[in-house]
Amino acid sequence: MTGQRLLSFANGNCLPQDSVPLLEVDKLQARILTAVEQELRVVSLFATPPRDGGPTRLTVLLADDQRGSLQVGACEVTGGAFPALTPRCPQVHLFEREIHEQSGLLPEGHPWLKPVRFAPPLVAPAAGNAAAPSIGIADFYRIDGEEVHEVAVGPVHAGVIEPGHFRFQCHGEHVFHLEISLGYQHRGVEEALVGGPHQATLHQLATTAGDTSIGHSIAYCQNVEALASVTVPPHAQYVRAIALELERLANHSGDLGALAGDIGFLPTASYCGRIRGDFLNMTALLCGNRFGRNLVRPGGCRFTIDKALAAELKQRLLTAEADTRNAVELLWITPTVMARFEGIGTVSGEACYLLGLVGPAARACGAQLDVRTDHPTGVFRFLHLPPATAQTGDVLARAFVRWLEIQRSIRFLQELLQALPEPATGAPPGPLANDQLAASLVEGWRGEICHVACTDAAGRLARYKITDPSFHNWPGLAIALRDQQISDFPLCNKSFNLSYCGHDL
Amino acid sequence: MFRTLLARLQQGHRTMRYPAAPPPPLPERFRGRPLIDVSKCPDGCRVCADACPTRAIDLTGGAKVDLGRCLFCTDCQDACPEGAITHDSDYRLATSTRDELVVAAGHELQLAHVLDERLRQLFGRSLKLRVVSAGGCGACEADVNVLGTVGWDLGRFGIQVVASPRHADGLLVTGCVTDNMQLALQKTWAAVPPPKIVIAVGACAISGGPFLDNPQQHQGALSVVPVDLFIPGCPPHPMTILDGLLRMLGRLEKAGRIGGAIA
Repeated sequence: MTGQRLLSFANGNCLPQDSVPLLEVDKLQARILTAVEQELRVVSLFATPPRDGGPTRLTVLLADDQRGSLQVGACEVTGGAFPALTPRCPQVHLFEREIHEQSGLLPEGHPWLKPVRFAPPLVAPAAGNAAAPSIGIADFYRIDGEEVHEVAVGPVHAGVIEPGHFRFQCHGEHVFHLEISLGYQHRGVEEALVGGPHQATLHQLATTAGDTSIGHSIAYCQNVEALASVTVPPHAQYVRAIALELERLANHSGDLGALAGDIGFLPTASYCGRIRGDFLNMTALLCGNRFGRNLVRPGGCRFTIDKALAAELKQRLLTAEADTRNAVELLWITPTVMARFEGIGTVSGEACYLLGLVGPAARACGAQLDVRTDHPTGVFRFLHLPPATAQTGDVLARAFVRWLEIQRSIRFLQELLQALPEPATGAPPGPLANDQLAASLVEGWRGEICHVACTDAAGRLARYKITDPSFHNWPGLAIALRDQQISDFPLCNKSFNLSYCGHDL
Repeated sequence: MFRTLLARLQQGHRTMRYPAAPPPPLPERFRGRPLIDVSKCPDGCRVCADACPTRAIDLTGGAKVDLGRCLFCTDCQDACPEGAITHDSDYRLATSTRDELVVAAGHELQLAHVLDERLRQLFGRSLKLRVVSAGGCGACEADVNVLGTVGWDLGRFGIQVVASPRHADGLLVTGCVTDNMQLALQKTWAAVPPPKIVIAVGACAISGGPFLDNPQQHQGALSVVPVDLFIPGCPPHPMTILDGLLRMLGRLEKAGRIGGAIA
């Protein structure tokens, strides 16, 4: 189909590939620019390299948060290059770099065309060298001057943490610029999904970002369910929402503890480290695994919650709520903590909008963004959680938003556990519809997870695009460090706590 | 200040008494190693092997399960038409060799043995580890981290995560070892002064886990370094990790075998 307008549809649905409007490159770009001016967001923009030598297709998915709809459009690029949109629309900057790396297309005029993951292209070119650039060998941004020095950190870090490389351009303690270079965790997740679903597909998606197993599993299952026209029983929808909120609680409480640890405030650090485990153990009550592995399945959930388990969870939540409140409120009443949190790592509302940040990091800048309210699926269509926002965009705001979300999630869980529908696990779906495009958004604890599934003529996955919230938010961390002290880095980093593997795929 | 002290009172003392007392209870739905009752298997049936996401089940010449690949999911159990597969609830799973993780149905799992005497004397009461995540998803890392929290307090065993390989007695590796982390892992290993040990935590670090067929990775730590302790799981429960570490250091009274024999 050729047209000028993009096609609207709702989160968690699919549509035939041939109904996706195919525009000229410049027309599609103009559409994206207009949409972004009207405060729509680019939730995905990706290349599908041809396997038979045809043109490369670029697909864009925009979110209209006001109307609660998604818009999709595509263009085909011939000749190996297209004019970069990044100079006019910074929020696509990483997407265009990814397109370049995955498909070889050149976004002409891109101001920062560096490797995203130091990964080989998705489809090896017919001729020429398909080898990926060597990781760490890159043209890093550099400030020259007699008193300017460079600090390089990683990939292997001092703590128990995933690998990534950070380069600071400093004058004494003062950070002019932080460059974040990732890709060390690249396992080839998207490549492995092609031709699927395979036996390992669900498990690969559950470990795409292992601290967001529930979020990514739900995103995948919603796509499969749309493509196979399967309805998930209400009980399983409840179980999914409960697991999603428990995942949020574990990570938020753990991160508040880690923030306290990074500034040497040990009481909250110790208590929250343990409380995080209490939430993980609640997830393990659901499914036997602390990270929710094997709970969410296409068609429903592997396990149900009976009355006794619901009562046990409610009781544990009451205890955890009291413990968390006691531990976290110490932060806000301790002047030394507040002095380290306030005004550190500030991201302006303008920068948040330009970069297209998502999740608590965006809500801390006052952005009213939350997939659970803007593009609800499952239980969230009927039960509402008001988004928690703050205005200052600093470490304090990011921490405080987490605390607000903890309180709201616990209350929400009590509500869900009070009104569980009759237990049902749901039936596994049949084959997927052919030549479709499905899109699924989930508000994970870090923010918006986006999965786009494209099926081929046989109903196999021809392209599966994953956008972890970290992909949107890593540039936010780099901006937050501008004009800060280098010693503020651990604090700023933890206030975002982004995923390396979720970015590197 | 006053409220900080009050908070301390409310939060209480939380460090578990294990190993002096029994470990905290595991959740009812916890899955230990899968057990196949081969007496229920019809001739030529290979439904479980085909359903396994990591091909951990080998049915040639009697059923064998590779716990190094096992994700401890329920795919085999759910697929089996005969109800022949169950999971036991034993958290003790760590072994000293890769081969010992491949267990024939009805056979026992040979749990990790104590390091040789020289290493035990060196590390038994003080083991400093450098952690390298080389393609880990963050879950193994999280449950290694949790051992450092007050509930587990790994420090009371003299086990500590250190910030430099130069200060370390060994590495704890997670992840399938991606192309992009292979060199970093090699260099970190080289920077640890001998004698040194390596602990592989999780299905990815042992076999590649859910990613074992991906060409961008090397199927775990053994591709780069020798491994002294294998702790299976996806991710392993913190009890499984702690049990493996203490067993290797000779800090548990009863080392040895656990049964798992149905059939």
